[in-house]
Amino acid sequence: MSDTALRALPSRGPAAIAVRLWPWIAALLVSVILPWLFYDFQHGRQSGFMVSMLSQTGMMIIFALSFNMLMGQAGLLSFCHSVLFGLAGYSTVHFLNAAGAGQLPVPMELIPLLAGLSGLGFGIVFGYMACKQRSTAFAMITLGIVQLVTTAATMFHHFFGGEGGVKTDREIGISLFGLEYGQSIQVYYLIVAWMMISAVGMYFHTMTPLGRMANACRDNHERAQFVGYDPRIVRFLQFAVSGFYAGVAGGLFAITYEIVTFDAVAAPLAANALLMAYIGGATTFFGPVLGAILITLLQSGVSLMSNSWLVYVGVLFIAMVTFAPTGLTGIILEHAPIARAGLLRRLVVPYLRILLPGLVVLFGFVGVVELLSFLTIGMAQGKRLELFGRAVDIFGSAPWIASLACLLGGGFWLTRESRHFKRVWDGLTEVARR
Amino acid sequence: MQIGLISLLDGLVYGMLLFMLASGLTLILSMMGVLNFAHASVYMLGAYFAYELSRWVGFWPALIIAPLLCGAIGAAIEVWGLRRVHHNGHIAELLFTFGLVFIIGRAVQMAWGMLPMPYRVPASLDFPLFSLYGENFPAYRGFMLLISALMLLTIWLLLKKTRIGLIIQAALTHPSMVSALGHDVPSVFTIVFAGGSLLAGLAGVIAGNYLTTESSMADAMGPIVFVVVIFGGLGSLAGCFIASILMGMVQTFSVVMEWSFADMLRPLGISVSADDLLGEILTISISRIGPLVPYVLLIVILLFRPRGLMGTRET
Repeated sequence: MSDTALRALPSRGPAAIAVRLWPWIAALLVSVILPWLFYDFQHGRQSGFMVSMLSQTGMMIIFALSFNMLMGQAGLLSFCHSVLFGLAGYSTVHFLNAAGAGQLPVPMELIPLLAGLSGLGFGIVFGYMACKQRSTAFAMITLGIVQLVTTAATMFHHFFGGEGGVKTDREIGISLFGLEYGQSIQVYYLIVAWMMISAVGMYFHTMTPLGRMANACRDNHERAQFVGYDPRIVRFLQFAVSGFYAGVAGGLFAITYEIVTFDAVAAPLAANALLMAYIGGATTFFGPVLGAILITLLQSGVSLMSNSWLVYVGVLFIAMVTFAPTGLTGIILEHAPIARAGLLRRLVVPYLRILLPGLVVLFGFVGVVELLSFLTIGMAQGKRLELFGRAVDIFGSAPWIASLACLLGGGFWLTRESRHFKRVWDGLTEVARR
Repeated sequence: MQIGLISLLDGLVYGMLLFMLASGLTLILSMMGVLNFAHASVYMLGAYFAYELSRWVGFWPALIIAPLLCGAIGAAIEVWGLRRVHHNGHIAELLFTFGLVFIIGRAVQMAWGMLPMPYRVPASLDFPLFSLYGENFPAYRGFMLLISALMLLTIWLLLKKTRIGLIIQAALTHPSMVSALGHDVPSVFTIVFAGGSLLAGLAGVIAGNYLTTESSMADAMGPIVFVVVIFGGLGSLAGCFIASILMGMVQTFSVVMEWSFADMLRPLGISVSADDLLGEILTISISRIGPLVPYVLLIVILLFRPRGLMGTRET
């Protein structure tokens, strides 16, 4: 039985390469085709909103993956990752301006490489400062660095342009393929290309001795020292290399938006990377990709609709930390043994049973938060709460009672159903293990 | 000279305020290894509670009740939150408090709105205490100094003269040994976390009307307090105290300094123009780059003394 299973999976030759490469090829195909699914036939071009959101997702995937080189693979929680991203973005603006003025003969396609190299340079500078320490002290130093650079960025005009930021024009007229990069779809394909290059690069980095030693220092810092490696050097190198990829993302950011302000170096962006990596799952390589897609989608969707976006982020984050520390990919991977035993079908009904009270709780929670927020913030902004096209009276008792009842009743129901779910789950894992 | 003396007192007031926040943070960090991001949020809650309470029961009861409320919130966070994620490691605990920052920050905005609160100095303390070279020193700042001095004395007595203080001191440096000796370390953690939150709340109560009570006050104070904690070094309250006073002084004095590095170089015959980035750094006046100074100091000390001013261990 095991012989045939082994024979079914070819270990060499083109077939083996195809098996190992299919996720990459699929990702490439999806990202190439995706903007065409939202083609606007009336105007004969892609939907502008979708292209800009996909571009944002692409650069955030690079950024989150490079952040995870530190958090997931080296156990370093960096709050200054946005500094590497933003400073490379600022540099890219200056590169583009120089190229536009004819002083820098670099084609557009290679500008992200320059951005990456400047990210590497900044990674070396800040890595030297931060990597003297590890774990919590490291996190605190990076916190100091991000504040330092953000404050400096609003203060100095020559490099940072003060509070207004620096602007550029991406139509520099030098290209390997004769493209102008006037349309955002062309920039999107540039992002896709660099996203694939960076992702492949970072994936191979996990297999290099440095990537392996970073894992070792994360798991057991003393033992790594005993083997004869200096964990400080390992941290430093890992930090610098992740700075390269953060720089690529920052360069793409500058190319896409043609302006970089101090927001690009500030702490909220680093916090975003942390959210993406953690919610997606920091323990796997591809987790941050999932997180980046999800968070960007939510951000472009929910933050437009609601004032209370940050409350939802906070609650989601705390729920993930408490109940699913391995992130979404971790949850998915836990299904693997059950799927291998062919028992996945038995989970459908329990999932549906837990989904219903979950939705009720979600509805109640969102209701309470939105009502509260409309009472103060929304009122100050002169907005009205509308649901299904009808205005909701936030001072009436009906919406409050409905939301609170959903939250409390649903919560009670959910705890009962989750107990049932856990019983089924434990039983299935027991069977699958046998 | 007159600027010097008043600035010295102001620096002392600000430094003591920083110490009130940083002492709790450094105790929590050194003992539990939890980098408590929500510390500054609790400070903000203290200010908002004090404002709300002083509207109903007056400032003096609020001075007692608001910190106690903050302490209770701290205990709740520790017992129902941090303890649950403890087995997932320090990073998970840190991330938990990080999530709390979002929630508390937004909850405050939802409860009180986005505008600054009209939380004012109580009328009984709203008079000039004394005049120095024609400049008044408000009584409220003297009161802040008094409160912080009392707090310092209380902490010192608690840590040095009581049994629980002894255990806390031991747990600062050797937490696993203390638990091996049979002390109930989790409940000590809860006490320290509640105590730290209480101090943060107290700082919020007395700083809310001295500075401004608004929803961005946590973000404004948080990074500085972290700088103080690293600068002072982990596991050392004395280092934390020195760092707080130093940062308070640096921030107050840098505001009144109008000269730049270029002015210092001029007597040496070097003239600098503000045409490039380096020139800009050199010609900008110290008062304008004041907010940068703490972070520069932080990086300087980390380069020369990675464990901080009086730190007892590396991490």
